[in-house]
Amino acid sequence: MTGPHTSLATDLPTPGVGGLDLVPTTDDTQKAKDYTSDQEVRWCPGCGDYAVLASVRGFLPELGLKRENIVFVSGIGCSSRFPYYLDTYGMHSIHGRAPTIATGLAVTRPDLSVWVVTGDGDALSIGGNHLIHALRRNMNITILLFNNRIYGLTKGQYSPTSEVGKVTKSTPMGSVDAPFNPVSLALGAEATFVGRALDSDRKGLTEVLRQAAAHRGASLVEIFQDCPIFNDGSFDVLRKGDDVAERLIKLVDGEPILFGNDGEYGVVRSAAGGLEVAKVADVGEDAVVVHRAGEEDPTQSFALSRLSDQDLTHTVTGIFRKVDRPTYDDGARAQVEAATEQAEQRGDNLEALLRGKDTWAVMPEPENEQ
Amino acid sequence: MSTDTDVGPAGREVRQTHRVVIRFAGDSGDGMQLTGDRFTSEAAAFGNDLATLPNFPAEIRAPAGTLPGVSSFQLHFADYDILTPGDRPDVLVAMNPAALKANIADLPHGGMLIVNTDEFTKRNLAKVGYESNPLEDDSLEPYTTHKVAMATLTRGALEPTGMSKKDAERAKNMFALGLLSWMYHRGTDATEQFLREKFAKKPDLAEANILAFRAGWNYGETTESFAVTFEVAPARLAEGTYRQITGNLALAYGVVAAGLQAKLPVFLGTYPITPASDVLHELSKHKGMGVTTFQAEDEIAGIGAALGASFGGALGVTSTSGPGVALKSETIGLAVALELPLLILDVQRGGPSTGLPTKTEQADLLQAMYGRNGEAPVPIIAPQSPADCFDAALDAVRMALTYRTPVFLLSDGSIANGSEPWRVPDVDSLPDLSTAFATEANAPDGSGEFWPYLRDPDTLARPWAIPGTAGLEHRIGGLEKADGRGTISYDPDNHDRMVRLRQAKIDGIPVPDLTVHDPDGDAEVLVIGWGSSYGPIGAACRRVRAAGLSVAQAHLRHLNPMPRNLGDVLRSYRRVVVPEMNLGQLSMLLRAKFLVDAHSYTKVAGLPFQAEELAGVLTDAVKGDLPA
Repeated sequence: MTGPHTSLATDLPTPGVGGLDLVPTTDDTQKAKDYTSDQEVRWCPGCGDYAVLASVRGFLPELGLKRENIVFVSGIGCSSRFPYYLDTYGMHSIHGRAPTIATGLAVTRPDLSVWVVTGDGDALSIGGNHLIHALRRNMNITILLFNNRIYGLTKGQYSPTSEVGKVTKSTPMGSVDAPFNPVSLALGAEATFVGRALDSDRKGLTEVLRQAAAHRGASLVEIFQDCPIFNDGSFDVLRKGDDVAERLIKLVDGEPILFGNDGEYGVVRSAAGGLEVAKVADVGEDAVVVHRAGEEDPTQSFALSRLSDQDLTHTVTGIFRKVDRPTYDDGARAQVEAATEQAEQRGDNLEALLRGKDTWAVMPEPENEQ
Repeated sequence: MSTDTDVGPAGREVRQTHRVVIRFAGDSGDGMQLTGDRFTSEAAAFGNDLATLPNFPAEIRAPAGTLPGVSSFQLHFADYDILTPGDRPDVLVAMNPAALKANIADLPHGGMLIVNTDEFTKRNLAKVGYESNPLEDDSLEPYTTHKVAMATLTRGALEPTGMSKKDAERAKNMFALGLLSWMYHRGTDATEQFLREKFAKKPDLAEANILAFRAGWNYGETTESFAVTFEVAPARLAEGTYRQITGNLALAYGVVAAGLQAKLPVFLGTYPITPASDVLHELSKHKGMGVTTFQAEDEIAGIGAALGASFGGALGVTSTSGPGVALKSETIGLAVALELPLLILDVQRGGPSTGLPTKTEQADLLQAMYGRNGEAPVPIIAPQSPADCFDAALDAVRMALTYRTPVFLLSDGSIANGSEPWRVPDVDSLPDLSTAFATEANAPDGSGEFWPYLRDPDTLARPWAIPGTAGLEHRIGGLEKADGRGTISYDPDNHDRMVRLRQAKIDGIPVPDLTVHDPDGDAEVLVIGWGSSYGPIGAACRRVRAAGLSVAQAHLRHLNPMPRNLGDVLRSYRRVVVPEMNLGQLSMLLRAKFLVDAHSYTKVAGLPFQAEELAGVLTDAVKGDLPA
């Protein structure tokens, strides 16, 4: 935040304790029903969006915010219908652009809790640019990225998170696109909060949402979610079967990263400088790395996001990263406030602005002259 | 130059003249824009009426001394109200061979040429294809040529400063300014003060530039080569306090004023683009007056953030040029569907695609009018001169707020960078633009619900209910909405009704009737234009009338909706001529809407029309010589 106008430069405010500190609260008891709009929900039966909607409706009351100060902004796609089903303020905008709308809101209205609901196509394909810039600016918004690894609303084309080789309507011979890893991407885009949860894991999802909402700055929450029509069961290996415990790694801040039945496995440093999975019995408990979401250096969080490929062999959920950094909107407002104060002290006004420095007067012409 | 002659105190001839056109031309790095700006300020401070035309390449520094690198600044100043920066210069200042070659054809025979001889080296001459040195052959004979070794003289003047030769020579533009200032009897104090402020952090540079400026002035005073000096008396403009202003500055001030008059914070979401970036630069200085500026990651994000701010109750503004409008189109469509206020400033430039970034054109009219999917009407307002941008911005904001709609303001490169005197308005006389947010449920069925698309019966505008208002929680979006309730609706009849309602809302916006200027009262030919062609068209009309012919002039400020009386006006003339800097976009609209045989005259050269060429077209039209 330095520039040629150093005289105008203001000190950035230190981040507030929480993302919702400036949002008015209520003492009224709220229930999930209070957040339920009168609109009939029109997702396909079995869609993971239902579970997420239920979690969000169930979670919002615990924030204790005035309902009218919550805004959900979405783009285009199945998940982007989300705002219609919540009785808050909402905008269903255009494809990929929800972070831009949310940015204007967040900068001008510090009294709002601003949420973005987006999907893998919306956020990572058409809206990829806006996503990375919202993250690097650290806008005080919470982004819920519903990742079903398919285009649902346009009826089944592969998405930027689809696995290589995926056969879809638009890739009958298999996709040759290399996919994005949304958590890696967010970390690379200087995100200050990155979390991941599974749609069906209400407890885990709610915990990530709770911390994301409380975080001052941009929070990205990737939610694995099923599309029963075009990508059915794509996350089933994380839900059922004998080896779920060996696949799913739930991060707990400050704790060694253990998983599997009875903590059979742990995450350890690899010879190549990254992380890998080992049997604790083979390496010893001391070798297991401790998760530190608040670590300034994102290297370990990044390595965690890449423990396994998209085959979901080892899928990490929870909060990868949570660090404090000044937000764009707080900084922009601080400049406006500082400039306003200076302007008031100087007695600036519109008349003086319009006149500027160099004016000249034209006098009325004497009547006897032409 | 029409002149009266007088003899000055030093025995030197002083000619009184009514108007002068001066063109400073040099390399991009020669500081011609600064020189022209400063001379303009001197003319303004003296009380002349003026109009300017900066003309520069898109490249920041094209290869030195080449034709593509030539940058020029033309200034027309007069003792009466003038309309254009002038067709052709009376005085051409050429700082190098490239500037001479690129501009000499515009200098009428008998015009004054002042040349910096130092740059006329063999190498520089070869660069621009001069086979012989024009300063030594007879090619400049038709002109009153003054050969001045500006670099050498500047270097000499700066010798006491101990500056390197190269650095010293860079002040030669101030030498030229000093010489011209002397020739037109301008004071030196204001420019010296200006230079001290401009280089406040580098006092050495300030002093060097002042020395060069004084050297130029003294050169005129002491050498015998300039036998004549000129005086242009102050112009008799309407009473008031004046300042000089460019179109982009006036636009920015209009936005600041509109925010204050509406009692709303202004949020500018934008992305840098020539020739609109100065609006961002200016507004970013006025955070203390309720303006937040946001330089987004791209054009789309700029307007998206502005629309988000509007949703939150701010005055959302985005600024751009044609290529940016193309990128913003989908979001403009969303704003049409959301029915939220939004100001879109389009400073047009040469197109298509990247086109001519630094040149002017008015070819975005149909893009503004129709460049969206679906039926997506947007009001369009076009200022006619630099100073007019201020009023146009206020007008556009009033429309956006009253009718909850995006509004296009179509400026262009010549308005944006050109300048003229502006009678500073009395702040108390500015319109009150305040608007009310919805605060209460409005459902006509008494259900206590809030219907976001229940319209005001007069304006057809919907309520503006901003987040934070209890009880009015609602969802809006790009999907079609049920009339009134605003919930998603796929009902065929509802869609037909909503399409027509959105159109009717824009069509119903009252705009002032078109006024026609026909001083003779018997004109059979009407010339009608829009935007920045106002000046050249007006100047052309003056010429035609001075030749004893009658012509009527009208100028459209409101392009959507158009004035109610426009059809009647058009039909009341035998011939309608529509000059445009595009291939006939307005004339197509007029023909389609009013079934009139409008004659389109077009030129798309990246430069404003010349009064002389338009006068020819109008003369032909009056005499019935126009091709059918």
